[in-house]
Amino acid sequence: MRALLEARGLSLPHRLFDATLAIAPGELVCLVGPNGSGKTSLLHALAGIGEADGEVRIDGVDPRRLGPARRPHVLTYLPASRDLAWPLLARDLIALGGGGELPASLELDGLLDRRVDRLSTGERSRAMIARALAPRPKLLLMDEPTANLDPLWQIRLMELVRAELASGDRAALVAIHDLDAAARYADRILVMHEGRIAAEGLDGDHIADIFGIERLDGIWQPVRQPAGPRSSP
Amino acid sequence: MSIRVAVAMLAALGIAFMLSVLVPWSDLAALYGEDPALAWAIAVELRLPRAGLALIYGAMLGAAGAAVQALFANPLASPDLTGTTSGAALGAVVTAYILGFSAPIALSLGSIAGALGSLLLLLALAGRKAETATLLLAGLAISALAGALTTLALALAPSPFAFYDAYDWLMGSLVDRSLVQMAFAGIPAAFVLILLLRLVRPLDSLALGEEVSQSLGHDLLSVRRQVVCLTAIGVGACVAICGAIGFVGLVAPIFARRLTHGHPGRAILPAALIGALLLTAADIAVRLAPLGRTLPIGVVTALLGAPFFLWLVAHMRWRMAS
Repeated sequence: MRALLEARGLSLPHRLFDATLAIAPGELVCLVGPNGSGKTSLLHALAGIGEADGEVRIDGVDPRRLGPARRPHVLTYLPASRDLAWPLLARDLIALGGGGELPASLELDGLLDRRVDRLSTGERSRAMIARALAPRPKLLLMDEPTANLDPLWQIRLMELVRAELASGDRAALVAIHDLDAAARYADRILVMHEGRIAAEGLDGDHIADIFGIERLDGIWQPVRQPAGPRSSP
Repeated sequence: MSIRVAVAMLAALGIAFMLSVLVPWSDLAALYGEDPALAWAIAVELRLPRAGLALIYGAMLGAAGAAVQALFANPLASPDLTGTTSGAALGAVVTAYILGFSAPIALSLGSIAGALGSLLLLLALAGRKAETATLLLAGLAISALAGALTTLALALAPSPFAFYDAYDWLMGSLVDRSLVQMAFAGIPAAFVLILLLRLVRPLDSLALGEEVSQSLGHDLLSVRRQVVCLTAIGVGACVAICGAIGFVGLVAPIFARRLTHGHPGRAILPAALIGALLLTAADIAVRLAPLGRTLPIGVVTALLGAPFFLWLVAHMRWRMAS
């Protein structure tokens, strides 16, 4: 099948090594990995933040060559940080990102005319998510979109992202720490480790190796150290 | 900023400018009765440059302040607090008293070089997105260093009158400048203002953070270079003629952003208008003050601006505490 995103040999000094991936139209791909494993660096390399080596093509075009008029319709990026330096209105925040149609399910009506510094962190997150969704980009890059959201909003957000992709010509790459949410919503999961895409899918063995956790009695727990000289009685 | 506000500000600026040329009115009117040509010469050759320089320098400080604040994403960045004006003053003093070039173009270039040096040092010390504390500390260090080096340069100057000569200028003064000097500040300032206005959109997008701004397709490296060079050229050219004038570059953008709903880039033009208005008003106040002698205008802006700065710092503390 034709890929929407094709990236080859993406590298950023000390952070990202030779990442190659393809995403098909309509696909929701989740990116998981421990802190410092390179999830954000990969999103940055794809979004044209910093000078990454390697090739990126979205529908055959290198998005990093596109200027501010076209770029938001090809890709948008939601950063993990919810800090903003200036007290803009939520409406203006969204307009600065390229504007567009706001998803009704984000329930922004009461927020748009309020200043972002007077919103709660969760409300600010929703405004920033709206900023990334509104231009209807072909590729949506999101770093921890569910952070700061309450449990109900976490579910609604992931379902909103799924619904956005339903048209079948758009795709999303979402970095997320919640492995259960990744398993539930993703079409495919990429596991990052030490700056490389180390595996695909949530196989119990490489989760234990990479994350140091395992599922016991239905909940995630630290992997118990194998019995060695120090732990023997 | 709505059209109505813009028109009101332009009208206020026009009135202030006229007042600045005509006040004090009584001397000029009396002279006009006796010798119209002399009165005309005083208005055009003495008062017009002074009024014009207040307008130009104020606008430049306002616009540069807005651009620098947008670039550093910090409302306390301004040409004076970051040491740019002190750097420019140092450049001009070294050029005039140590190197011995006193042609206006040499002073302008020396001043621009000094401003550029201090801005680059600030970028190196404080980093690109500076925390308030780092930014202010770096600015303080640069101001202190530039101030000390300026004093040193004056002390080492071959001319025994260097301190006396430079004092009025260092404090910031618009008095006794010529139309040619006005052009030396005005032409670079006009170019810089026009070029800064081209950066409104990328600077606005910086409100979303550097990463998002880059992901939207803005070339931040180029924006950063342009803001630093343009600010250095505009402020440097003005400092070379009028010395260091503080606080206008801090205050004007803060009022301007109220008119642009917090948009940092869009605030450049209103900040220029407000800066011009503030400095013109301060200059009229200096002339009307019944002190019997002329105060350097830098003293007035500092007297008014420093309490505002203290209020701002206190306000930020309260907001952080709440």
